Amino acid sequence: MFKTFDKNNTDYYLKFEFDGKSIKAKAGMSVAAALLAEGIIDLRQTPVSGSIRGPFCMMGACYDCLVLVDDVSVQACTTPVRDGLVVSRVPIVTVDE
Amino acid sequence: MQYDFDIIIIGAGPAGMSAAIMADKNGASVCLLDEQPSAGGQIYRNVTNVTEQGAKILGSDYLEGRTLVESLNNSQVIHRSGVTVWKVGKKGNVAFSDQGLAERLQGRHIIIANGATERAVPIPGWTLSGVLTVGAGQILMKTGSIVPSNSVLIGSGPLLYLVASQMLAAGSPPKAIVETQTLENLLKALPHFGKALRSWKQLLKGIKLILALKLARVPRYKAATEISIQGEDNVKSVKFRASGIDHQIDTNVVLLHQGVVPNTQITRSLSLEHRYDMAQRCFHPVTDDFGQSSHSLFTISGDGSGIGGAKVAAISGKISALNALFCIGKISKSDRNQVVAPLQKTRRSELSIRPFLDAAYPPPNSILLPHDDTIICRCEEVTAGDIRRYAALGCKGPNQTKSFGRSGMGPCQGRFCGLTVTEILASETGATQDAVGSYRIRSPLKPISLKELASLNDSKEHSS
Amino acid sequence: MATIIIGGGVVGLSIAYGLLKAGKEVIVLDGDDNDFRASRGNFGLIWVQGKGAEAPHYAKWSRGSSALWGDFAADLLRQTGVDVAYSQVGGVDYFTDEKELEKRVQSYTSLRDNLEGDYPFDVLDHKGMEERVPEIGKKVVGGIYSPMDGHVNPLYLLRALSIAVLKAGGKINTGVKVVDIKAEDYDFTAILTDGTEVMGDGLVIAAGLGSVELGRKLGFKVPIRPQQGQILITEKLPYFLRYPSGTIRQVNEGGVQIGASSAEVGLDDDEDMVTSAGLAQHAIEIFPHLEKAKLVRSWAALRIMSPDGLPIYQRSPKVSGACFVTCHSGITLAASHARLIPDWILERNTAPDLSQYSEDRFDV
Repeated sequence: MFKTFDKNNTDYYLKFEFDGKSIKAKAGMSVAAALLAEGIIDLRQTPVSGSIRGPFCMMGACYDCLVLVDDVSVQACTTPVRDGLVVSRVPIVTVDE
Repeated sequence: MQYDFDIIIIGAGPAGMSAAIMADKNGASVCLLDEQPSAGGQIYRNVTNVTEQGAKILGSDYLEGRTLVESLNNSQVIHRSGVTVWKVGKKGNVAFSDQGLAERLQGRHIIIANGATERAVPIPGWTLSGVLTVGAGQILMKTGSIVPSNSVLIGSGPLLYLVASQMLAAGSPPKAIVETQTLENLLKALPHFGKALRSWKQLLKGIKLILALKLARVPRYKAATEISIQGEDNVKSVKFRASGIDHQIDTNVVLLHQGVVPNTQITRSLSLEHRYDMAQRCFHPVTDDFGQSSHSLFTISGDGSGIGGAKVAAISGKISALNALFCIGKISKSDRNQVVAPLQKTRRSELSIRPFLDAAYPPPNSILLPHDDTIICRCEEVTAGDIRRYAALGCKGPNQTKSFGRSGMGPCQGRFCGLTVTEILASETGATQDAVGSYRIRSPLKPISLKELASLNDSKEHSS
Repeated sequence: MATIIIGGGVVGLSIAYGLLKAGKEVIVLDGDDNDFRASRGNFGLIWVQGKGAEAPHYAKWSRGSSALWGDFAADLLRQTGVDVAYSQVGGVDYFTDEKELEKRVQSYTSLRDNLEGDYPFDVLDHKGMEERVPEIGKKVVGGIYSPMDGHVNPLYLLRALSIAVLKAGGKINTGVKVVDIKAEDYDFTAILTDGTEVMGDGLVIAAGLGSVELGRKLGFKVPIRPQQGQILITEKLPYFLRYPSGTIRQVNEGGVQIGASSAEVGLDDDEDMVTSAGLAQHAIEIFPHLEKAKLVRSWAALRIMSPDGLPIYQRSPKVSGACFVTCHSGITLAASHARLIPDWILERNTAPDLSQYSEDRFDV
């Protein structure tokens, strides 16, 4: 779905975890970009209808790319990847409508 | 009152950086607050760290951002990167979070340079995963060196062609570009073409991009209508009608674009005066030629005051800094006016292409007034039809529709639904967009944890 | 002929709905999208415990409305299809200070005595609190639970009332401002900004802070003042909080709402960060796990406060057929405003005795 166009020997790669899966990413990428590169476009379900959402604006405005880091919901597109970072999906919240 | 800085600038894009550099040069103490880990805003995002190959793909215009960043780094400006500004107060106080801790700063004057956001493109299926904005596609190239394969681009505007050609240079051109621009749009834009010729360099760049796409045989479908994105959870295809034929193109990634609009979250939260621009179909804060807003403590700069692009933003940044310097008494009015005059002239010249672009690439009515079933508030999944129902119940403004239907109550705080709600209500009630108004924006401007907020009362004060 | 109701908030619309059910025609005149609107900014509680500590009649009035609420909500659902998310499993007030708790228990005990025992509440220690709400923080020394309390989604209530009033044949004019009223006994003409005249044989002023000018023209004292309250709401969280409290509740949409402050700042509904930070701190003390929850919005709204904090139900001393209604518990009292107030407005002999709520009580 997404491919890397820039392969360099000097690139520094690190590993982070998403929902238990180990993912390799280039230093400087956001978690959202790293997940998209890995083909992961489904990040969460909406509270209202349970619809699947993924990154949309990549600039911290839409809040569709929320993920959980240290029990806090953060935007994957403004969270830089770090070695050993543990990221998981936000728990599903069902809205009583 | 104790001041931490003479001037606090919010946003480190071309406008913010230029303003910071100019203010610093003239002896003011400046603090520049920005959300990204490095300066550049969105248009020059990651410009200091981009790789050689990335630089080639993204082009020389993008690389121009490096000069500004370098000048910023050589100045005395205190650049706080990676912070989230969540409140700007009417007294010139700013609250932000840095690594989970809240801080407060007091400035004598504030320059708001928070740029633009993509206009929302509410078409059926736009909330499916796999759908992003064209701007997002460009950010992925700038920061992640990744590009979608076989994507379909939908919409209108010069950024569409720019990003498509960048994708081409990256070896992964779009599978198709589905454009909403009609011949009628172009004809209506013709009267502005003469003026646009003053920016012939920009026009030429645009033509080169379109030619490159033509040479690479990237399919372009013009005057497309009835566009929808198909799929269950993820994107599977795009459907549309063009030249009298129904099309369906399979794809997993769709990029949308219908121009950019000023980001008015901060200016709205301050209850500054705004005006709706019929040519650009969006609100911008009311400012004079120096960027002075309706409140003495705030100057607005760059795309956040009106769309003009990076070069205009850089000039605007200088002008706004000079205005701020005058406001705090560091330069006289006549000095300000004298220095600003040639800058205003250059800005006018750089803006001469805008009326043509605005007329040539307007958002179509199907975007401004979506079909009943289309979701317009992504966060709370409120449809256009819902808004129309609330209008029928007597809701005359976005705040009443918000309280009836929750549109605008999600984490994005109305960034992606605000304009659409105003347009729908204007259409339903027969009032102008100015009369309809917009959402009341409140702090926190971006969600922050309760812990961060609570830490404000133990925050350290900075002294200049 | 119709009763003109000035003010389309929860008080005005509840009364409108009740009048329509009583067979009266109604026309509601409501203001601008950006008006202060306490009905949009409140906490959404149907709260009885603690009210009327010095005024047993008010405790009874609140209790009475709370008892009518279930039926009121069911009626609205039937009429409009809107579920106002009414819940009355009881409410809890949390205490982090032993002395405060003791003081409050004393106050409730004397209330109970004044009401001949008809005032149920349980005093809980930390352990008792933990059993009801396991997420409670260590700093919570105890609490008071009362089955009389509940909560509702106040915005859904507004929407339901609007639909109910329209369906029952009432008229609602939004985005209008009444600039003058010509008044004679049972003969009223409200004049709008554009010169339009709205006529009726009855008048109810229920315009919150907007009641002052018009009210005084009709001989009312309108001794009200704005009192700012600030509220925070978090992102939607997994459901954990069954019992609303006066300061924290989890709304049906999933967010946790935290409030509310009290400040006398005049007609200022701007939120301020120091107050917000204090509210956040309070929430974390009660529920430590909330420290990681993201705050999505804060707002401030203006309560309409009478000098003693109790409602005012007043007939005009100048003309017959005009009434003034105000309170700061518009949600709790919505049921009584719909069910009982119309009889009082229409001067029927089934009307409740509201003499204790007259403005005369403010004469020194």
